Amino acid sequence: MSSGDVWILGIHMTKFGKHPDQTTVELAAEAALGALADANVHMKDMGILAAGNLMGGGGMGQQLQKAIGQTGIPVYNVANACATGATALRTAVMAIKAGECDYGLAVGVEKLAGAGLLAGGSRKAESDTWTPAGPYGAVAPIDGRIGTETMPGVFAQIGMEYGHKYGGTSFDLFAKISEKNHAHSTLNPKAAYQKRFTLDEIKNDVMIAYPNTRPMCSANCDGAAAAVVVSDAKLRTLDPDQRRRAIKISASVLTSDPWEEACQILPNVNTLTRNAAKQAYEQAGVGPEDLDLVELHDCFATAELVHYDNLMLCPEGGAVDFFNSGATWRDGSIPVNVSGGLESKGHPIAATGIANIWEVCTHLRGEGGDRQIEGATVGLAHVIGLGSACGVHILEKAGV
Amino acid sequence: MAQVPFVDYLVLGDDPHLTAHECTACGARYFDRRLACASCEGREFRTAAVATSGEVRAFTIVSLAAPGIPVPFVAAVIDCDGTSVRANIVNVPPDADHVALGMKVRLTTFPVGTDSAGTEAVVFGFEPA
Ligand SMILES: [Zn+2]
Repeated sequence: MSSGDVWILGIHMTKFGKHPDQTTVELAAEAALGALADANVHMKDMGILAAGNLMGGGGMGQQLQKAIGQTGIPVYNVANACATGATALRTAVMAIKAGECDYGLAVGVEKLAGAGLLAGGSRKAESDTWTPAGPYGAVAPIDGRIGTETMPGVFAQIGMEYGHKYGGTSFDLFAKISEKNHAHSTLNPKAAYQKRFTLDEIKNDVMIAYPNTRPMCSANCDGAAAAVVVSDAKLRTLDPDQRRRAIKISASVLTSDPWEEACQILPNVNTLTRNAAKQAYEQAGVGPEDLDLVELHDCFATAELVHYDNLMLCPEGGAVDFFNSGATWRDGSIPVNVSGGLESKGHPIAATGIANIWEVCTHLRGEGGDRQIEGATVGLAHVIGLGSACGVHILEKAGV
Repeated sequence: MAQVPFVDYLVLGDDPHLTAHECTACGARYFDRRLACASCEGREFRTAAVATSGEVRAFTIVSLAAPGIPVPFVAAVIDCDGTSVRANIVNVPPDADHVALGMKVRLTTFPVGTDSAGTEAVVFGFEPA
């Protein structure tokens, strides 16, 4: 009897870093072929392809098909900022849940190495006389004149806002979060950077937007990740080896930001994450205390802190104490970002929301090598795309 | 000298202040042009004056910005008596010793440049109160 669950049958991520000799499509193909091989299935088995890519010019799904298999199936090219990968996965999951197909392939890919600062608005002055234009009637670009729209600056304020609300934050605290993730990265050969930093090195590095120095910001890099998902009914017909390594998607949730005072002044990444987490825990029938590991969206060190709270890993307002207890180090009670996180593993935007699922699946399968979290059976993967979109997936080692 | 506000929600003159589009149904406030209220879907707005003093709810000191923007500068969210405002904090050294969460600030205005017709654009910021 089928449960209606959807499973990850195969999953792959490329090494994150610099891939100057591969095109974006080739990187996507490497990830997709890796996931198909891991699942021991073929493109001709797939009933849907969902593809995410923001910087490659559009139509990534069809370009990928032309590289690895044009079977005529529906393609959904999706874009949801940094939550694009999770959105692609969720699209494939929905198609299976809707009963439209038994197999789906989700891919996320980006080439970002050397992209520099991903700044906010930079509207050029169009005339040599001040002319009000746009929804604010502005005579010149607002970014930098009236606050900041740069990502490091926005997420810095999000961390500082948490400090204003609950107290206890400091430059040191945020730097220590980064120290943890860089330390974790030394065990991850797929990370873009595997360098351990001392606290002083982190604090004395180039300041980008206080309190975020360069190592406290996500690393722009190239990379791709892909997953093959399968219906419960189909999985039950497959070989024991395929069934044994299948990972159950116990929750797949996507939310956007509901209106609140101030949300159009400084993006509120908290409420939609909390909403997604609540739905995910309810869908999965597990609580935060059941999680063996969490990969959360540490696009900046300041962001990681607020998501401890938003994902309810700690009591409301308790994220500082929770971090200071050591809970989120790999030997703590809820290891967070044992991959090294976006700060060191890297953040090829559209790949991130599948790569974090790969990390969790790898531990649940017991295939984590040196960085294996022993005995892991339940994990959570979280991404935020500013604007905003939040994806939360809860994954379980189950087996049928 | 002729002056123009940097944005249309800045009112210049003897008593410089910001104005918001306030939803007549639910009171939600917006600084941009609106077709509808994102909170309640209301379609009617009135102009509301925003308090000119408040406290810093969040800030960052931006050291890397788009070309042409002087750095470092302090970007912040100011709670102006219940209405949140995005602005730079000015007239204070841009470092963590001189800017603090919860700091009391007040609106100020200053010129940012003059165009070919001799018109001066005036922007707002907040300074320590
Ligand atoms: Zn309203």
